[in-house]
Amino acid sequence: MLYRLRLSIRYAFARPTGAGRQLLRISPADLPGLQEVQQTRIAVTPLPTERGGFVDFFGNEVTELALPAGLTQVRFDMTGRVLRLAEETELDLSAAARSLAADLDQIADLGPHSPLHFLRASPRIPLAADIAAFAGAACAEARTVRQQVESLGRAIHGHMRFDARATEVDTPIADSFAGRHGVCQDFSQIMISGLRSLGIPAAYVSGFLRTIPPPGRPRLEGADAMHAWVRAWTGAEAGWCEYDPTNRCFVGADHVTIGYGRDYGDVAPVTGSMRLAGSQSGSHSVDIATED
Amino acid sequence: MAGERAHSVRTSRTAGYRPLPGVPDEMMAPDGNIRPLWGRLVAHLDRLDDERLARDLSRADRYLLDSGVFYRQYGAGQSVERPWPLSHIPVLLAEDEWQDIGQALRQRADLLERLIADLYGPNDLVASGRLPAALIAGNPEWLRPMVGIRPRGGHFLHFLAFELGRGPDGKWWVLADRTQAPSGAGYALENRVATTRAFSELFPDENVHRLAGFFRDFRDALQEQNHDPDSRVAILTPGPMNETYFEHAYIARYLGFLLLEGDDLCVAGGRLMVRTVQGLRPVEVIWRRLDGHFADPLELDSASRIGTPGMMAALRAGSVTMVNALGSGILETRALMAFLPKLAPDLAGGPLAMPNIATWWCGNATARAAVRDAPGRMVLADALTTRLPFDPSDDLTRASSLTPEELNRMLSARGGDLVAQETVTLSTTPALVDGVLVPRPMTLRVYLARTPGGWAVMPGGFARIGTGPDASAIAMQDGGAAADVWVPGRGRVPVITMTRPMGAAADSRPLPGGLPARAADNLFWLGRYVERAEGVVRLMRAYHTRLAESGKSGSDLLPGFDPLFRQMGIDPRAAIPRRLLDNLAAAIGSAGNVRDRFSPDAWSALLDIDRSARRMAPQVAPGDDAARALSALLRKLAGISGLVHENMYRFVGWRFLTIGRLHERAMSMAALLAVLCDPKAPEGALDLAIEVGDSVLTHRRRFVLNASRATVIDLLALDPMNPRALRYQVDCLREQVDLLPAANTDGALSPLARQALRLHADLATSDPDALTTEALWDLRARLASLSDVLTTTYFH
Repeated sequence: MLYRLRLSIRYAFARPTGAGRQLLRISPADLPGLQEVQQTRIAVTPLPTERGGFVDFFGNEVTELALPAGLTQVRFDMTGRVLRLAEETELDLSAAARSLAADLDQIADLGPHSPLHFLRASPRIPLAADIAAFAGAACAEARTVRQQVESLGRAIHGHMRFDARATEVDTPIADSFAGRHGVCQDFSQIMISGLRSLGIPAAYVSGFLRTIPPPGRPRLEGADAMHAWVRAWTGAEAGWCEYDPTNRCFVGADHVTIGYGRDYGDVAPVTGSMRLAGSQSGSHSVDIATED
Repeated sequence: MAGERAHSVRTSRTAGYRPLPGVPDEMMAPDGNIRPLWGRLVAHLDRLDDERLARDLSRADRYLLDSGVFYRQYGAGQSVERPWPLSHIPVLLAEDEWQDIGQALRQRADLLERLIADLYGPNDLVASGRLPAALIAGNPEWLRPMVGIRPRGGHFLHFLAFELGRGPDGKWWVLADRTQAPSGAGYALENRVATTRAFSELFPDENVHRLAGFFRDFRDALQEQNHDPDSRVAILTPGPMNETYFEHAYIARYLGFLLLEGDDLCVAGGRLMVRTVQGLRPVEVIWRRLDGHFADPLELDSASRIGTPGMMAALRAGSVTMVNALGSGILETRALMAFLPKLAPDLAGGPLAMPNIATWWCGNATARAAVRDAPGRMVLADALTTRLPFDPSDDLTRASSLTPEELNRMLSARGGDLVAQETVTLSTTPALVDGVLVPRPMTLRVYLARTPGGWAVMPGGFARIGTGPDASAIAMQDGGAAADVWVPGRGRVPVITMTRPMGAAADSRPLPGGLPARAADNLFWLGRYVERAEGVVRLMRAYHTRLAESGKSGSDLLPGFDPLFRQMGIDPRAAIPRRLLDNLAAAIGSAGNVRDRFSPDAWSALLDIDRSARRMAPQVAPGDDAARALSALLRKLAGISGLVHENMYRFVGWRFLTIGRLHERAMSMAALLAVLCDPKAPEGALDLAIEVGDSVLTHRRRFVLNASRATVIDLLALDPMNPRALRYQVDCLREQVDLLPAANTDGALSPLARQALRLHADLATSDPDALTTEALWDLRARLASLSDVLTTTYFH
């Protein structure tokens, strides 16, 4: 599927800012065999004083900006064209739930896609007893790791209500889990916590979701904003699979990946520091059209 | 002294000294004889009677107190400054033994350098199975953004410390590696100064290796990495609330480095820059005393409030040498010690010259078996802990406290999270308790610094001494003590000074360059707070003097005071008002933020005034008693001004301090005159103005007649010769403002300089009639706005 992407992020400041630095992670990723970026462009308004870029530890493309002092608003616009090749698969080659630990013991790799980075608690995803118990109960019947992933994803989808107003970007997962509501970020981070407590390596994926569904299929939740889902390691043979707990499905051609991390903090679209004297407000919009 | 000896017929201080069974003692050989190395020290101690010894040792304590040596202790939700706990008896180590220690630790330092280069580089050790991947991937000290970055100059490690203990067989063991940001080297210097004060007669004869050469060589090594003439080597501190902040400021002062906090820095054009009152200045070499995570909120711990956004970008650009590289904390991971002996042949060219304590990572079956087989000797802890052994906050489990089943279950359930170490017994060294020497367990801390000639080893300086015979009570945070370590040389040891001989390149240290904006801010406010405190004292003294003279109390007598008290926020019912104590505390707060730039004498004087004021506050009675107490405080405050103004280098820092003082004095004089020279002011107000304005004699000399509004305004507002007058402050202010950076660019005045000039011109052309109450308030408002402009120009 060929997509045309448009992302626009705006911030407004109550009082002019001091100079600041920002990191942007908003470019779609080039993933051999899964996703091909044909064109991408990021515009910053007003013009930054410095602009650079690098690839971070997890392989994500980062745009590095220094912004001048005295801003009352700033805007980042990404446009791109991406060919998404990934397809959902029904095939289960994943490890038996019991034997995943043995597979993990064999890993002597510290590269960006090593499952070992995604086993422990991370800054925004603590391991919590109630989520662990929930995950254990949800996966009691599952025999393979892929079945565990699907069972937990479905259980979270059933437990949680999608509510864009209930949580903020910094709401701890314990709160959104207890309140049983949130957005894709909450669904995904709760699922990651549950998977890790079961000993399954789980990563956070940020990206986009197609806005207009294919004919005959319903519009997906979160399509008008940036999206997030879960990547789980299912054993030496099958490797990684991706699941979207917000939409209760394995990830295929409807999703476009930006990047991977241990949690939201590793792939936040905008990480910034500014000397602020007053409040700030922000908004973002996404538009994805298919191009046939 | 012969006379003293005659009546001190007493047994030796070592007569009752008995080493613990099976534990080697530094001073006493197993046969009960004093080791020859200790002979002169023991003889010296025996020569002194109790009184003389106490007097000698108190010189050390006095020194530590006077120079304000402290560390910060945390507990029960608050932190307090604790005096440095010195154990007066130094530890003596033979030169040969010291050389062996140094040799072994150089090897270990090289091994650690190669290990970290691999962990942040190709990761061959993990890929080839020589290190377990889980130990690195799950390690919070492994800072992923550092992976792939080659440090500027090629080295990750520059300054290391090793914690050593002597085992029962007399050999030294490494107990822990300190690679993140080792503390204590500055305290070692203070241990040395204090201990030599206590043993001033003995020390020169002992021919002890000096510590200064080590610091000088390291300073020069860092300066050699500093290529840009605009740049100065800096120490990065977490700030005054850190437990060892004193040391950061001390080393910065000692070595002539800048002391910076994360917020003083920013990154521009891929370079690390310090915000100074002269604009951005580059920093190329930074000695970090801040844990790695906190260094950059953008790419490391996003919650850090003490880091520098963009620090990682500067490191990626290779524009800054960091001591030590971010991420070096991973080498402190306890479980790594299990692998160092096996890695040594490959990474250090041979077996470890000094072993570390026997360590097992319980993630593999052989290690688990070893622990099960000898639980009596084993202590279990979190595999990834970086705490020192003996740290009371270390979460330890004695394997012997578990049943075999419990131990088994723990090992199989979460072996990969556990590290086992053999319990260690340490050697003992003498400590003086109630005039008698007793054996106390000790560990040695040895510092290594990278220089162009290889690793330099600090010759002695720092041992930790336990408070009781139990080795587990040794941690400093738990009330342990520190002792100096003496390494006597066989040949004559050179006396070393910090300055190189004339003509040597390293001696051409640049003039103090950019003053960090935060330091300028603190100096300005220090000036203001001290002056404000002085103003309160003068006013209160005038009040209590009048009270004493009239013998009555009540506002009917002293009506002029009330509006002044209101204006200054003073409650006169307390002889030492709250307002004064608050100002002194604020002054100490500001001075505490710039201790690297503040003379130790002035600091002690400031603490002394604060102590006196707080002591007096509940005791002093109104009237004469209070007036005399306040006079004493005033003299002390004048002493501070003297210390600062006679001794401080006349550079930009001094200028901000001075501007703060002038500004505050001008503000309060404007208020004083506006209140007391108001036509509606009560009778006697004018005399009060002259007295609080400290100009009684001058007024008498200049005006024979009684005080009138015109004479008072003339003397206290318009007289350019009276150092208390408004005009005098404004003249000086203008002069100092003109000398600030960028105040005058090719004849174009900065907004600040322009405002100061206008203020000056208006006052110089004014006369007593024109200076109405309203005009005085207006003047004061313009002064206040001058401070705002100063703040936005220089402190942001």
